[in-house]
Amino acid sequence: MIDVINLKKDFGEIQVLKGIDITINKGDIVAVLGPSGSGKSTFLRCLNCMEDPTSGSIIFNGVDIADMRVDINVHRRHMGMVFQHFNLFQNKTVLQNVMMAPAYLKCKDIKKAKRENRKTQFGNLFRGAQKKELIPIEKTKEQIIKETRERAMELLKRIGLDDKADAYPSTLSGGQKQRVAIIRSLAMDPDVILFDEPTSALDPEMVGEVLDLMKELARDGMTMVVVTHEMGFAREVASRVIFMDEGMIKEEAPPEEFFEHPKDPRLQEFLSKIL
Amino acid sequence: MGNFGQKVDKFMEIFLEQNGYVKVVEGLQNTLLIAVTGLVIGILIGTIIATVRVLPKYKRLPRILNGICGFYVALFRGTPMVVQLLVFYYVLLPILGWQITGVQVAMLVFGLNSGAYISEIMRSGIQSVDPGQMEAGRAVGLSFGTSMIKIVIPQAVKNILPTLGNEFISLIKETSVVSFVGAADLYVAFNYIGSNSYEFMVPYLVMALIYILLVLVITLLIKIMERSLKKSDRRN
Repeated sequence: MIDVINLKKDFGEIQVLKGIDITINKGDIVAVLGPSGSGKSTFLRCLNCMEDPTSGSIIFNGVDIADMRVDINVHRRHMGMVFQHFNLFQNKTVLQNVMMAPAYLKCKDIKKAKRENRKTQFGNLFRGAQKKELIPIEKTKEQIIKETRERAMELLKRIGLDDKADAYPSTLSGGQKQRVAIIRSLAMDPDVILFDEPTSALDPEMVGEVLDLMKELARDGMTMVVVTHEMGFAREVASRVIFMDEGMIKEEAPPEEFFEHPKDPRLQEFLSKIL
Repeated sequence: MGNFGQKVDKFMEIFLEQNGYVKVVEGLQNTLLIAVTGLVIGILIGTIIATVRVLPKYKRLPRILNGICGFYVALFRGTPMVVQLLVFYYVLLPILGWQITGVQVAMLVFGLNSGAYISEIMRSGIQSVDPGQMEAGRAVGLSFGTSMIKIVIPQAVKNILPTLGNEFISLIKETSVVSFVGAADLYVAFNYIGSNSYEFMVPYLVMALIYILLVLVITLLIKIMERSLKKSDRRN
């Protein structure tokens, strides 16, 4: 689903990513480990072009999204992202946070389709026998908003926060915020969700609830790329573990092999320090 | 001060009997109209300029726009309001051949001028919002503009509301120079009363009181607005 080919990223003089090649298939859960400054966050942020790659390509569903001419906003809808610091919209309630983007974007699509149809209709006046077909519009704006609201409430119920739907994010705990952030990206029905150290900013006792939700997503077959320091999570849930150091992928293996028989000397040193 | 009572009587006579109050009401209307329209235009221009100035700069178009906006801000902050009014009214209007009144010129100039100031206020407001908010907006597929309008600017406005209030207050007070281009504001009204009675003490005193009253009312309104905007805030 995602093919990363020779991805490089410079920040000024410093080369942070020195040529990354990796393929992420549907249903994969890829855990990215590595010391700080190894470029793992940058790699993740390059995947949805939050940082524009300096060179290389990222083929997502058949399109090279590293190409600056591509409308990245269309592709980001299919790529959720969860941040270390949650980044819930502070001026929106919990429910608005979850439903805003899908509702807005779907309504915008309809508006666009209507505009196209008007153009086609006008063109059809001059086309004679061969009329061009109109884009079918099945739902009204109200229906879409109602549906997204229902879906959002369903998701909130799933994480047990439906009673907080009208609360503002500033009243939630860290764990609650992060779970809302996860279902916010889930509400877009993405093909893949990118997690950028989702538990690093949490109190230890809140880490569990967030990891549980992520495990649940993994069981449902969501494709995930997770930058994390949670070795337990990587070992238990990931289908592949990647070790990054100095802007390169030093080792890529299934979790058992990765943790039991590390080959790269730098990885051996890294694991000996943390396990 | 023995004849202060006489002066008040004289003032009241002209104010009530010689249509003084009509002039004052008209002046008050113009003052408010110019300040409010100026603020609205200013906020629009200021927001646009501020947005341009925080655009990522690695493409050519944002850089050019940024240069234009920088020039605009330098121009309007670098010249006094009176000079701008005079230049618009006596230089630009005849050249363009527009037929508009002094009040309309004043509204336009106040808008353009406060736009330059508000752009800087707005920029600091936008920069005070956590960059993660914009990132989160972009990450769910919203465009730069949509994230800006729906997420960043509402939070920015909340942060800069007290400063915007300041700007509005100074706009109200600065309207006292619009008589330079023949717009009848409060100053013109009270000057009229004063020159008809050859007595300026009371009219100008009342004028000062009206300005203070206006500013107090506005301060109150801003406070109410701030409170209602703070519901998403922990500090309420």
